[in-house]
Amino acid sequence: MSVVPTSPMIERGTATSRIAAIAVAIVIALLAIAPQFLSAGAVDRMTALFIYVILAAMWNALAGFGGLVSVGQQVFFGLGAYFAIRLADAGLNPFLALFASGIIVGAVSWPLSLFMLRLKNGEFAIGMWVIAALTHLLVNLDRLVQGETGTSLISLNVYDASIRRVTIYWLALASMTALLAALFGLLRGSTGAAIRAIRDNEDAAASVGVRVTGTKRLLFVLAAFGIGIAGALWLATSITFQPKTYFNVQWTAYMIFMVLVGGIGTFEGAILGALVFFLIETWFGGAGVWYLIGLGATAVLFSLFLPRGLWGTIEERFGLRLLPVGYRVKLPANVADGGMIPSQQATTYQEKA
Amino acid sequence: MTHPQQQAVLAAAGIHRRFGALVVLEAVDFAMAADEAVGIVGPNGAGKTTLLSVLSGAFPPSAGSVSFKGGDVTALPATARCRLGLVRTHQVPKPFSGMTTFENVFVAASHGAGLGRDEAYEEALGSLKLCGMLGVANRRAETLGLLDRKRLELARALAARPTLLLLDEIGGGLTDGEAGELVDTIKELRRRKIGIVWIEHIVHILLQVAERLICMDAGRIIADGEPQAVMADPQVIHAYLGGGPK
Repeated sequence: MSVVPTSPMIERGTATSRIAAIAVAIVIALLAIAPQFLSAGAVDRMTALFIYVILAAMWNALAGFGGLVSVGQQVFFGLGAYFAIRLADAGLNPFLALFASGIIVGAVSWPLSLFMLRLKNGEFAIGMWVIAALTHLLVNLDRLVQGETGTSLISLNVYDASIRRVTIYWLALASMTALLAALFGLLRGSTGAAIRAIRDNEDAAASVGVRVTGTKRLLFVLAAFGIGIAGALWLATSITFQPKTYFNVQWTAYMIFMVLVGGIGTFEGAILGALVFFLIETWFGGAGVWYLIGLGATAVLFSLFLPRGLWGTIEERFGLRLLPVGYRVKLPANVADGGMIPSQQATTYQEKA
Repeated sequence: MTHPQQQAVLAAAGIHRRFGALVVLEAVDFAMAADEAVGIVGPNGAGKTTLLSVLSGAFPPSAGSVSFKGGDVTALPATARCRLGLVRTHQVPKPFSGMTTFENVFVAASHGAGLGRDEAYEEALGSLKLCGMLGVANRRAETLGLLDRKRLELARALAARPTLLLLDEIGGGLTDGEAGELVDTIKELRRRKIGIVWIEHIVHILLQVAERLICMDAGRIIADGEPQAVMADPQVIHAYLGGGPK
């Protein structure tokens, strides 16, 4: 097909997105020096925020981009913490153990994907929950964990409390940045287009040459790795490990909440959703059961009135894309052979039938 | 028979396909040369789409074998056959709804044709242009109407750089004028030496492209040859109208 018009161009970013990229770099730099100015409590809270962002981004990549809705992602969160405990107990430096644990979680998710990815939709979602519950029981059998009594990442205690706090903060910030960058690179590349194609129609994706299973596996393993790191970091901030806290389905519920509120299937949405969740928790977290009712009510209201979430709605209304992963064709003004409605070129993405 | 076996680019031998107790294809043999344009007609339920699915690798035959470009592809899934150059479209369009028209086609160019980024851009834009879709390149596929969805099926399949294209009722549900535009596009593909297998109910449109016609009924090929001869075949008339001489 050599008669290709040289005139249409493919745009990946916009002027706004280039500014956004610089803004992101500045924000990360500011966050890196922030512990100098923050109280100990604030540093801990910010560490939690970074972990929430990782969780939301990973669940969004899996469900929002890949169509793999799972309600069992807490399995990787719990395993991330568990393997860190195990590795530290075996004598590995506790900080190193956090990342080694993430890698082991990724490695474990590979064989798991061999049979889980055969399941579709609801079966996959519930199947993952079953896996999480099973894994929880298995971890309870480990004598080191002592059932629900739990154990601690004792070896972290050799570090001075303030050094420990700041180190974990930086590790969480670095992990978040690296994981978001990796995810953005993946979703923006041609594999990302394949991932979205699989989400929209698996058969059609296969019929135009997309390697469906391999692509899904890559995404599944990446999400497991990221959530494993998040679980290990959470362990580092709280020191204690009780299986039921880590293998609790609430973690996946939080992920779903953040992604639904922020905007499923948009890269910015997951980050925004994590921020919203973090603020709600900071302000109302002490309100006990009413806090949980409020979270539930918020999720219901969003799915009823803003099904595309905060960012999805902003993107639709204002055409704003800060971290775009898609492709836009820029046609020269004189294109007349483009077919039916050349004026459509300006409207595009935000349209709905 | 008009198909010398030696030059067959696509061949299916002894194809059976059952869904439970239902036999949809029974002892189907089919072969075609790389530069042929073959039309397939037949009443509803004749097994046309099932045959296309077996050829494209959407599902395997219950018995029999499929070969493409001289190799046995019976065990290969649709992904691998697409990458070899055997690409299909779907009777009910299956767009990637949440992606733009361009992105739909880009996926095929980068994964089906295995092209690098810039080449895939060119291929995708070329396919869109050929199918008259540049103007809706940035529309989400879920906002497209039927005609554009049909065109998108074609554009996406083309971007995978097929040597052989399997079209499943690409003209179904369209007005004569709209279907005429598709025929023009398909004629252009013929000029580019892309082989075509085309299932279609609108026979007068099909005959503008097909040089050879196959008629199926009840899971079997009942006639195969020059289009006018097939249309005049008593068995074909019987399959469509019932009664009459058998």
